[in-house]
Amino acid sequence: MATKRMRRVAAMAALVALSITFIMPFMWMLSTSFKHESRIFPPPGEPPYWMPVTDVRDEKGRLLVQYGGKVVPDLGVDDFGLHRLLVDGEEVGAWDHEVEPLLRSGLHWENYRRAFEMMDFRRNLKNTLFICFAAVLGTVLSSAIVAYSFARIPWRGRDAVFILVLATMMLPYQVTLIPLFSLYSRLGWVGSFKPLIVPYWFGVPFYIFLLRQFFKGIPEDLSAAARIDGCSEFGIFARIILPLSKPALATTALFMFLFQWGDFLNPLIYLQDHTQYTLAVALQQFQSQHENAWGPLMAMGTVITLPVIALFFLAQRTFIQGITLSGLKG
Amino acid sequence: MTRWERRHLRNGLLFASPWIAGFVLFALYPLLMSIYYSFTAYNVVQPPVWVGLDNYRELFFEDPLFWKSLYNTLYFTAFSVPLSLIFSITLALLLNQKVAGISVFRTVFFLPSIVPVVASAVLWLWVLNPDSGLINSALRGWVGIEGPGWLADARWSKPSLILMSLWSVGGAMVIFLAGLADVPQTLYEVAELDGAGPVNKFLHVTLPMLTPTILFNMVMGLIMAFQYFTQVYVMTGGLGTPVDSTMFYALYLYRSSFYYLRMGYASAMAWMLFVVILVATLGVLYSSRKWVFYHGD
Repeated sequence: MATKRMRRVAAMAALVALSITFIMPFMWMLSTSFKHESRIFPPPGEPPYWMPVTDVRDEKGRLLVQYGGKVVPDLGVDDFGLHRLLVDGEEVGAWDHEVEPLLRSGLHWENYRRAFEMMDFRRNLKNTLFICFAAVLGTVLSSAIVAYSFARIPWRGRDAVFILVLATMMLPYQVTLIPLFSLYSRLGWVGSFKPLIVPYWFGVPFYIFLLRQFFKGIPEDLSAAARIDGCSEFGIFARIILPLSKPALATTALFMFLFQWGDFLNPLIYLQDHTQYTLAVALQQFQSQHENAWGPLMAMGTVITLPVIALFFLAQRTFIQGITLSGLKG
Repeated sequence: MTRWERRHLRNGLLFASPWIAGFVLFALYPLLMSIYYSFTAYNVVQPPVWVGLDNYRELFFEDPLFWKSLYNTLYFTAFSVPLSLIFSITLALLLNQKVAGISVFRTVFFLPSIVPVVASAVLWLWVLNPDSGLINSALRGWVGIEGPGWLADARWSKPSLILMSLWSVGGAMVIFLAGLADVPQTLYEVAELDGAGPVNKFLHVTLPMLTPTILFNMVMGLIMAFQYFTQVYVMTGGLGTPVDSTMFYALYLYRSSFYYLRMGYASAMAWMLFVVILVATLGVLYSSRKWVFYHGD
């Protein structure tokens, strides 16, 4: 018994150490996103600095800085790049290196404000949500209809065709990438949301597979009885199978939403104007233009990540069941 | 055919018709066109020009970057897939011990795997920053040693990405957890009666019973690793730097098609990738007959 307890203590210790390691990057992101830029780069030789730091303002909302041993308000930077300071009631010009920002512990929201401004955040969010919504709706409806055919209608040749569905999952996207780009460009779809939405209205193999697994688990007698009662196939699908499959439909919607929310390659190829960008592409573009703006970059990273984490906590069981369903019954 | 068979066939095809149409439009047609394009010079703007086997000849004999990108991808796959498997099994085994707060730990390990890839790539760019990143400032301040240049150093760039890939093993871990829950408890009881200790129970009960799950995660991991793209695109600005050390196959393919507009050449690359993935997958499936143990069914 003693060794069993020892093992449990050792497992606990390992779990705690590993969790801290896993959490650290998130904490680093969060802490950087709330730090004043003068504290983002630690002085050489110093360990990582975690406390958020922000600047101090006076009661009139003016930035306070240290200048010549005094704390004075900074009225802003003039055309010559001089800080206009108010020293003992008189306006004085001072160069950047003569001025030291006055800092205190606290959340530096400025990074978030700058990120929103520089990225056209509202529009990016609207684009992302629109694409997500349209693609999720299409995926759930079309995949459910197709999965119903493979799970509940015993038609000749069904299993052979289903193998084809599975085979297309194995096809690397690189193979179809170029012909599809060429097709969409001839249709005039490049530079629109259509390539990111329309294909998902034709059934997505992974979700067809997932929903089929679930539909197969519903007792066959229900369908047989309804058929004998003269219920149409669509009636069975819509009135019996769908209402019983809410968990699997929720999993499909959830996974597809997450996929679209984070998808990068397709928006990168098909969206050509920054007014069309999704959040993921906008973040990458922002990163490539402002490589060292770690404060705003981490602020944006936090904003894109938070909804995903919130979704996880809202739908934890759906997540775990979905992954297990797709992974184990394969 | 009976009346019911006819009705089933009609309804079956009707319900499957969205997928059938989608298959023709978005899979079969592109697939055939891709074969055709791979024998042409094509830049999307002008019609394709037939060049026979020129693209394939150039790939094999005249393009060192093709081989370099293939090498980089195989290197990444050879390390990240087995390490991710070992790591995710270890996490699942730890979570399978009956300690307090399991759901909290599970959440912590799982979350990184659902973070949007662009966000995690930008985050890791900052974590791995040689001057002020989390890892190097921790090494400097707490341990007193100077960390490597990570992504800025050609020797460390691929190991950096492999390290980063271990952060997102949460999905595989959850599948292993479910696999562990499916191991019949009676097997452990029998093993205990035979005097097996924890090590023997792991080697002779847990591991064999997990082999189908290992196979599934291995095949999925292989396919994902061969197509590794977004992380390296974001982290190197699409360049595969330093000195092409992170020029992965999918990135080079993307550059060939959308930077240089060599769509025909890139199509030939896509087919070579397909062949590599197919060979690797079939190789694993073939070998699995020797090491995968199916219990019961």
